[in-house]
Amino acid sequence: MNYHSIKGETQALNDVNFEVNDGDFISILGPSGCGKSTLLNIMNGLLEPSNGYVLYKGEDIKDNLDKIGYMFQKDHLFEWNTVWENVILGLKIKKQLNNESKERVNELLDTYGLLRFKNHYPSELSGGMRQRVALIRTLALKPEILFLDEPFSALDYQSRLLVCDDVYKIIKTEKKTAIMVTHDIAEAISISQKVIVLSKRPSNVKIEIPIDFGNDDLTPFEKRKNPQFSVYFNTLWKELDQGNE
Amino acid sequence: MNKRFELHFLKKQKEKSTQTNIITNEHEVYLKGVKATKRRIVITRILILVIFIALWQIAASLKWIDPFLTSSPIRVIKSFVSLYEDGSLFKHISITCYETIVGFSLGTILGTVVAIILWWYPLVSKILDPYLVVLNSLPKVALAPIIIFWIGNGMPAIIVIALLISVVTTIISVLTGFNEIDKEKIMLMNTFRASKVQILRYLIFPYSIPILISALKINVGLSWVGVIMGEFLVAKNGLGFLIVYGGQVAQLDMVMMSIVILSIIAFIMYEMVAFAEKRLVKEKN
Repeated sequence: MNYHSIKGETQALNDVNFEVNDGDFISILGPSGCGKSTLLNIMNGLLEPSNGYVLYKGEDIKDNLDKIGYMFQKDHLFEWNTVWENVILGLKIKKQLNNESKERVNELLDTYGLLRFKNHYPSELSGGMRQRVALIRTLALKPEILFLDEPFSALDYQSRLLVCDDVYKIIKTEKKTAIMVTHDIAEAISISQKVIVLSKRPSNVKIEIPIDFGNDDLTPFEKRKNPQFSVYFNTLWKELDQGNE
Repeated sequence: MNKRFELHFLKKQKEKSTQTNIITNEHEVYLKGVKATKRRIVITRILILVIFIALWQIAASLKWIDPFLTSSPIRVIKSFVSLYEDGSLFKHISITCYETIVGFSLGTILGTVVAIILWWYPLVSKILDPYLVVLNSLPKVALAPIIIFWIGNGMPAIIVIALLISVVTTIISVLTGFNEIDKEKIMLMNTFRASKVQILRYLIFPYSIPILISALKINVGLSWVGVIMGEFLVAKNGLGFLIVYGGQVAQLDMVMMSIVILSIIAFIMYEMVAFAEKRLVKEKN
């Protein structure tokens, strides 16, 4: 992927090649400014790559854009709408608002403890609840893959740990495939099954590290306390460090 | 068993009420303080007005100032009564109000429409940018004589002058508001594959309501300038006409009276917009 500006051409991504299996949670980890967001925007079809392609089950991603859900750093809830109006926004825009989809959204709200707050405004919710509402807004459209763009970095440390557990649980329960972009090593280890490390710009895939704690039922928070956590941390730290040189 | 429960309940109630009483005592002092400050502000405001009017009258009565030049409250009231009796007062007031309301409503609507068009076509917006800056810095009343020539000596010309004054500021402030929206929010809409109309309807419009209202607030003031200026030039009806006419026939009582009425109506109109703002912002939260 090359970026053009008047000052010249910047190559953001060079050779980035990887696969994601159904139901996987993978993280893309890289130093800041390495083109992570560019990569995400190419994968979700908002940007056209200069070269190369993104395939979804063997077909061009552009024909499968409804399979994608996107979660941003900030929750971007609309302050003038209630929780309910916020979660059905995507359905309304795609003209898929019907009894069946309404019921599905209601169930999601119920499962994740937000049904009581249906008629509240976002300003009345905590940061963690807001992020959950944002996730349900995405899930309402029944995506198969979720792209998460540093979804926790706008939160303070404590709620970050809590929301991380929350989001992980929701994504696992709903059996979604997830690709998260982050610069936070600990977050990447605690939440994903595979970490892809990018080098600095123009980025290549530096290394792919599978993460396995031997127990799939551990929550991200429990993984942080696992002795293996620091082993992974050190490995990734070294890889990232070299990328910064 | 029942009785015991009742007793327990009563006891609880009593505890509760004494507890709230303790809070209330302290809270009451606080509330009283807040109320007293509020009352003091209102009383002082009224006092300033009363003292000003009284001083004005006394100074005129005792010939400290020349009442022919400065008029006096009693003369203003007399002028008010005589105009009221010949029936022309409300005609003048209503004409001026009508022109102002139509002027700022049209200015706001037209300005918003143009702002939407410019938002829709960013290239057009870029091309027109320097022209908007020039139009914005140009004192629009300078165009008034031309407009009277084009449109004719009458109410439409006055409304157009009022509209012209408010339309450019509206375009600029509303467009700035539109462009201030977080880019990621637009990207969120893009991930839903929202059309431009949908982005406008679900995101930009609701987001911009406070901006629109503050534009409206400014426009009320600007329209008064345009209308009075227009009435000065066209001079047939309205408070602006009364001011100019009073000046020409050396009837300063009439001029003063018109200015007093003008301030009162302008204040009421501003308060009405402010009230609408409060209501809308409250609904939002």
